[in-house]
Amino acid sequence: MVRALKKCYVAVIFAFLYAPILVLILYSFNNSRSRGTWGGFTLRWYGELLQDRHILGSLYNTIIIAVLSAAIATVIGTAAAIGLNGWRGVQRKVIMNITYIPVLNPDIVTGISLMLLFVFARMPLGLLTMLLAHITFNIPYVILSVLPKLKQLDTHLYEAALDLGATPWYAFKKVILPEIMPGIITGLLLAFTLSIDDFVISFFTTGSGVANLSITIFSMARRGVNPTINAVSTLMFLAVLVLLVIVNLRVSKENSRKGRRNHEQEAYDHRHRRFGSARRLSRNHAR
Amino acid sequence: MAECIIELRNVSKDYDGTEALRDINLKIYRNEFVTLLGPSGCGKTTTLRIIGGFEQPTTGEVVFNNTSINHLPPYKRRVNTVFQRYALFPHMNVYENIAFGLRIKKLDEEVIEYKVKNMLKLVNLAGYEERKVDSLSGGQQQRVAIARALVNEPDVLLLDEPLGALDLKLRQDMQLELKHMQQSLGITFVYVTHDQEEALTMSDTIVVMREGRIQQIGTPIDIYNEPKNAFVADFIGESNIVDGIMVRDYLVEFANHRFECVDAGFGENEPVDVVIRPEDIKLVPESEGMLRGEVRSVVFKGVHYEMMVENGEYVWIVHDTLMQPVGSKVGMVITPQDIHIMRKEDQG
Amino acid sequence: MSYKWAASPYLVWMVIFIVVPIILVCYYSLTVRTDAGFRFSTDNFRRFFEPIYLKVLYRSIELAFVATVVCFILGYPLAYILARSDFKHTNVLIMLLVVPMWMNFLLRTYAWMTILEQNGVLNIVLSWLRLPTISILYTEAAVILGMVYNFLPFMVLPIYSVLSKIDPSVVEAAEDLGANGIIVFRKVIFPLSLPGVISGITMVFMPAVTTFVISRLLGGGQFTLIGNLIEQQFLYVSDWGFGSAISLAMMVLILLSMAVMSKFAGEDRGLGLW
Repeated sequence: MVRALKKCYVAVIFAFLYAPILVLILYSFNNSRSRGTWGGFTLRWYGELLQDRHILGSLYNTIIIAVLSAAIATVIGTAAAIGLNGWRGVQRKVIMNITYIPVLNPDIVTGISLMLLFVFARMPLGLLTMLLAHITFNIPYVILSVLPKLKQLDTHLYEAALDLGATPWYAFKKVILPEIMPGIITGLLLAFTLSIDDFVISFFTTGSGVANLSITIFSMARRGVNPTINAVSTLMFLAVLVLLVIVNLRVSKENSRKGRRNHEQEAYDHRHRRFGSARRLSRNHAR
Repeated sequence: MAECIIELRNVSKDYDGTEALRDINLKIYRNEFVTLLGPSGCGKTTTLRIIGGFEQPTTGEVVFNNTSINHLPPYKRRVNTVFQRYALFPHMNVYENIAFGLRIKKLDEEVIEYKVKNMLKLVNLAGYEERKVDSLSGGQQQRVAIARALVNEPDVLLLDEPLGALDLKLRQDMQLELKHMQQSLGITFVYVTHDQEEALTMSDTIVVMREGRIQQIGTPIDIYNEPKNAFVADFIGESNIVDGIMVRDYLVEFANHRFECVDAGFGENEPVDVVIRPEDIKLVPESEGMLRGEVRSVVFKGVHYEMMVENGEYVWIVHDTLMQPVGSKVGMVITPQDIHIMRKEDQG
Repeated sequence: MSYKWAASPYLVWMVIFIVVPIILVCYYSLTVRTDAGFRFSTDNFRRFFEPIYLKVLYRSIELAFVATVVCFILGYPLAYILARSDFKHTNVLIMLLVVPMWMNFLLRTYAWMTILEQNGVLNIVLSWLRLPTISILYTEAAVILGMVYNFLPFMVLPIYSVLSKIDPSVVEAAEDLGANGIIVFRKVIFPLSLPGVISGITMVFMPAVTTFVISRLLGGGQFTLIGNLIEQQFLYVSDWGFGSAISLAMMVLILLSMAVMSKFAGEDRGLGLW
């Protein structure tokens, strides 16, 4: 009895969480512009989507920016983590605290502060500024993904490589890099998804005419509901789902090796560190 | 012993002002098994790391085959290390770990394979090529680490407490195996340990260290029988160490009794440390003893009994194969050769 | 191994894109524009205390607070059930809890517009059930609903994480000592889950209080929250000084409360990844 009640409660909450998504997907196949009626199944909105220069353009921007910002942030962030691993004391603490700022700050504050910078530097707001902003908020996530891997690293591994005749660069390539690779890839994927998902920061750092998907959805939604958005939503949802499955397979594979954390929690942590990092702020910086 | 292969000359090492090593002078000869022995923090690992090239001496010189190698990075030294926790590359299998150094030398694949297989045979791991290193037991990892170092045919192999993580039985087996390998391969071993038994079992030469300084260098027999000071005596095996006074040459007073001894060259009435091994005290009927005492406790140790005998203000540790019951009065006899006299530390 | 120098590109980046922007926010917030250029002034901060803006602040906090409470009331039982029942697929359920969060935030909010609008799904279902239709889109309730929907998982997951790590023998010990179900919960389980509750509250309240998307889309722009106020200052009114001042105040408040919360909740929340 109690068990059935519990199951019921869980079911209701999950219905609440999934209903909007299902409705969204359902209406992307509705052959009627008004929501009140079901006009039958159609792929019309997907067709219209393919014709819509505006949406396609913003999709292109989203992907370009996600790929570039994730790649650049991964390179800079990984190098930074490797460098920071050697720093100690107050300097390290200061750097780490500043690194946490974009993670903890409300997006809107990050967004307007970057906008002020670009205006101050007389850079025209557009794709480039949006890219710079995305790299900026992605780097800390990469650093925070790679640093723990470096901390776990047995320092003797590096020495063992040198001992066996490896030059420092060879030792780095053949020993250090493979060891921290899981962290780097996690950081890369994290950066990529955060970039795709971002609205607020993009909104403030872009200029007229240059929009990513989030911005396009925002402006379309403000003008009223449009079935084409449903089609975009469905596609994005599927894309994210596929990405999520890949990430989780990766993570759980790694976990089964390490036997430690379960994957759903890790996936959750990755996605939502930004709000949950307060504790780590104090804890990690003490180190 | 022939040729000196490594020499440390006046080597000191400071870490941010704290002294880790002070004025180390040490010669290591070809084919020698040298053990650096001492409690943790004595500087033995630092010494090893300086030879390996992972640390630079603050002052002094490291000489290899008569050339100074102070500024030679680790990867150019003909020296290989077996690390304390093995430091095997976790992303490579056994074969790749062992082949690592050979690949850097860009040897042909057949040569590499031949050498790796040979080495695996040597360490009794034939057939383990494809295994992941974290699927191996501690003892097996240990062997891989040794194989990985030896396959490069170093002139000197450095071993940093390589047996520390193994259980007692395995450790004893590995001690013999290592010694055997060293002899058959004819490689110089420099071995770091804090385990005096291990040092006594394996070494040609033992270097006892304490607080960054060398206390004594000698063969295991020398070190055991003729410890240079109370620290060495205490660290190597169990000892009774008491305060004494050198009355004159060949006569020492301790425990309110004068003893003949074999030492000379101290000042008259100079305070000294007197070291007597527990197995060198013979228990006799009370009336025949030089010292008299009462047995306070008895512990069975397998081969012998360990008894605490109280005599005035002193409690003596005595090892004997015959047990005296607690409370019995006994006499103790110590022969002159078994009395080791040492200068007081703070004067040296 | 020391590659300290490898951090240098990042350090340069960090100074330009994190430090300088914050300095700029400070600069704008502490100056006013006059004919002669910029002049130091605390006017921007003082203006914040005008009743109209205090009301915005009050409303933001109020809505975020209500949303947080609702999230807690809905979320705690869910976390408790997931953590302490022997469902076969708890892992999958947690996973399902996470999946919607990976969907674009705007889409999730937009979906509710579809449901809540006059001819929306909700009303279709209601009329199909012969119940009176309601119109809540562009009301406060819709904004709160949007917040709850978007941030509920933030509440559930940290609580779940803490609850699932409670050693079952602690509960058994309490029962052994004579505590009944209610007392066990009140005296043992709930106190032990507090760190999770606190991070849950933080993780819901912080984004809720600073959002401007939810209030804009589901509130139809009728509900000006702090986020909307900032947006307005920069994009419509062009009063960067005032906008910067609000941003700065918000940033300081949030960083401070994060620091306080983190002390309060103790070291081990069980969510830490690094």
